Amino acid sequence: MRRIALLLLLAAASASAQQPVLRWGGDAEGGAPSVEADPNDPAILRGLDVEVAEQIAKGLGRRPEFHQVEFTDIDQSVQRGDFDIGLNGVEDTPARRRMLAATIPYFEFHEVLTMRIEDRGKFSTLAALRGRRVGTLGGTIAYERVLAAEKSDGVICISYDDDVHPYADLRSGRLDAVLLDNIIAARSMRRVPGLYTEERPVATSHYIGVLATGNTKLRDQINDVLRARMRDGTLERIYRKWGVWDSYQPAFFAGVLNAGVNAKKAAEGGGPAQNLDVVFRYIPALLRASLITIALSCLAMALAVVVGVFIASGRVYGSAPVRALLTIYVEVVRGTPVLLQLFVLYYGLSSVIKLPAFLAALLGLGLNYAAYESEIYRGALEAVARGQLEAARTLGLTEVQVLRLVRGPQAFRIALAPMTNDFVSLLKDSSLVSVITVIELTKQTSIFAANIGSWVVPGILCAALYLVLSLPLSRLAGRLENRWKAATE
Amino acid sequence: MSGILSITDLRLRRGEREILRGVNASVASGELVALMGLSGGGKTTVLRCVAALETFEDGVIDVGGVVLRPGPPPPRATIRDLRTRVGMVFQLHYLFEHLSVMENVTLAPVQVAHKPRPDAERRALELLETLGVAHRRNALPRELSGGEAQRVAIARAMAMEPPLLLMDEPTASLDPARRGELGETLVQLTGAGRTLVVTTHDDDFARDFATRVIILAEGEVVEEGDPRQVLTNPKHEATKRLLQSARSVADG
Repeated sequence: MRRIALLLLLAAASASAQQPVLRWGGDAEGGAPSVEADPNDPAILRGLDVEVAEQIAKGLGRRPEFHQVEFTDIDQSVQRGDFDIGLNGVEDTPARRRMLAATIPYFEFHEVLTMRIEDRGKFSTLAALRGRRVGTLGGTIAYERVLAAEKSDGVICISYDDDVHPYADLRSGRLDAVLLDNIIAARSMRRVPGLYTEERPVATSHYIGVLATGNTKLRDQINDVLRARMRDGTLERIYRKWGVWDSYQPAFFAGVLNAGVNAKKAAEGGGPAQNLDVVFRYIPALLRASLITIALSCLAMALAVVVGVFIASGRVYGSAPVRALLTIYVEVVRGTPVLLQLFVLYYGLSSVIKLPAFLAALLGLGLNYAAYESEIYRGALEAVARGQLEAARTLGLTEVQVLRLVRGPQAFRIALAPMTNDFVSLLKDSSLVSVITVIELTKQTSIFAANIGSWVVPGILCAALYLVLSLPLSRLAGRLENRWKAATE
Repeated sequence: MSGILSITDLRLRRGEREILRGVNASVASGELVALMGLSGGGKTTVLRCVAALETFEDGVIDVGGVVLRPGPPPPRATIRDLRTRVGMVFQLHYLFEHLSVMENVTLAPVQVAHKPRPDAERRALELLETLGVAHRRNALPRELSGGEAQRVAIARAMAMEPPLLLMDEPTASLDPARRGELGETLVQLTGAGRTLVVTTHDDDFARDFATRVIILAEGEVVEEGDPRQVLTNPKHEATKRLLQSARSVADG
C-alpha cells in the first residue's frame, strides 16, 4: 500500500517535471498591477499578467515558468531566446510588430496626463504644457508622445527608469505633469496625494505579448487561447479582480474578436530601409548625449580633483579629529555604491533641497570620485621621499613652501597616471546618472535600442563614441606612466 | 677663534636604544672637523640634531647663538634663525628630482631669501663653476653622476651662505681621485671663512684635509684632536677598531 503511494507520488512528480513549460518574461520590480512580488511573500508573484500567463500556459497544456528581466530589455531578451513570451504590460508599437512576433492585443489602456491638483484644468493637452517639464517612463509610447511634443509643442521631456519617481517629483515640483497610462496613473493617485488626472486620454494603446521573430506557430496558438479567454469571460474576470476592467474593454474585446485590430496593426510596419532611416535620425541625439557625458565627466573630475586635494592634505597634515572625519568620509563614500549615493542626493534630499538633475549628477559623481582621488593624492604625497622634504627644510623652506614647491609637484607627477585612469572610469561611470533622469550617452543608446528593437547598431555606435573619448586618455596615462618610470630609474 | 657650534651633553634615545649618551663637542669658526666613528656610532644623528631634524632628550646645542633645547620641535622663529646659520648636505644628496640643477640651487635664495631671480642665478652659476659642474646646469638630478650630484648638493646648500655647513658621509660614494678633489674643495670653502663638520669613515681623507677629528663611539666622544696624531697613534680601543675596519675595507 505504502509502496503504491510512493510510486504514485513519483509518477506525479515526474509528470509535472515532464510537462512542457511556457517560459514567460516580465519585470517583478515595480511592475504592478501587471507583475509584482506578493507583499506577504516576496517569493510569490502576482498580478494581471501572471494570471494571463497562467491562462495561456493552461490553454497550451504547459506549466508557466517566470523569468525575471529588466522591463526595457524584454524585447531583446525574448528575441535571443531567454524565454518564449514577454508578457508585462508590453505596449503595442509598430517597431515591436516589425521586429518581433506579436500576439493579438489583450488589453486596452490610455495615456493620460497627471498634474498637481492646483493645476487642474490648466493642462488638459500636451500642447498646453509648452516650456513645462513633463515626466514619463523611458522606452514607452508615452515617452515617444512626449518626445514628439518636445518638438511640436516645446514641452521638456524628462525620462525615468521607473513609474514611481515621476509622480513623487511631480508632487515635489520638479515636474509639471506626468504622461503615463491610466493604470499607472490611477495607482499613483492612490499613493501620492494632491494629484489630479485629466480624464480625456492623450492616446490609446494596447498590451500585447511578444515572441521571437520566427516563433509564429506558438504565437498563433497563444492568440487562439487569448481569443477563447476573451469569449468565455476569463480575462474580464481577471481584469475585474485587478480593478482595471473599464468601459473601454468590451468594445475593445469585440474588435479583437472580429480580427479588425490585429489585421490593421499587422498591416503596418516597414522594411529595413526605414530602420536605416531611424539610425540616421538618432545620430544627432547620440552626439548630443555624448556632449552631456563629456561635460558631466569633465566637471565632475574637476570637482573631484579640487575636493580630493583638500581631503588628501587634510589627511596628511590635519589634526587628529580632522583626519578621523575625512577618513570616515572616504570610507563611507568608497564603501557604498555610487548608485545609492545618486539616489540619496536626488530623491533622498529632495525634501530639504531640490537639486536639478544635472547638478545632482555632477555632485554625486564628483564627491564620489573625490574620495578615490584623495586616496591617490595621499598615497602620492606619502610616496615622496622623506629626504626630499628634509633637504627642503634645511634650506629654510616653511612647511607650506615644502608642500607647494617640492612635495606637491613631485606627488602630482606620481598621481598623474592613476588620475588619468580614474578619469576614464569616471567617463564610463557617468552612465549611472540616467537613474536620476539625466540622459547621457548610454541612456540615449538604450532609448535608441528600445525604439528600433535592436542593440546591434546603437551598441556599436555607443561603444565607438566611448572609445573615441577614452582611448586618447588611456594612451596618455600609459605615456605618463612610462615617463615617470624612466624618471625614477 | 670664536665658537660657532657647541654641543653640551647631548642625549637621544629612540625607544629602548640610547643612541647618544652625552655628546660634548665645540667647533670654532673656520674649522674643518671630521666626525668619525663606526656605523651606528651616532655621527649622522649628531648632524641631524644640529640641523633640528631630530628632537633630543637632554643637552643643549648652540649654533652661533641659536639655542636648541630638549623636548618638542623648537618654535618656528628659532627654526628660521637656525636655517640662516646651518646648511646640510645629505649622504644621498636629495636633490629635488623635479627641478633642474640650476632650479635646485636657486630655489631657496628666491623663495626663502627673496633674492631677485637673475641675482640668484648669477650667484648659483658662480658656485657651480667653483665646484666644476656649471656645464650641467640644465640637467635633471637623475642625469647626474654621483660626484656631480654631490657637488650640486654642496652648491645648493652654499647658495644660502650658511656660516656652518654639515656634510653627511660625502666621501662614501667617491673613488680616491674624486675624494682628493672634494677635500680640496672643502678646504677652499673653509678658506672663505666657512666652518665645516663632515662625517666620514675615511681616515686618509680626515688626515689629509681635516683640521680636527672627533671620534664618536657608542654615542660618546671618545677621542679628539689633531687628525695626524689621533689617527696615527690612536689611544682609544674604538679608534683602533675604526682604523682596522677602514684598512680592511681598503684592502678588500
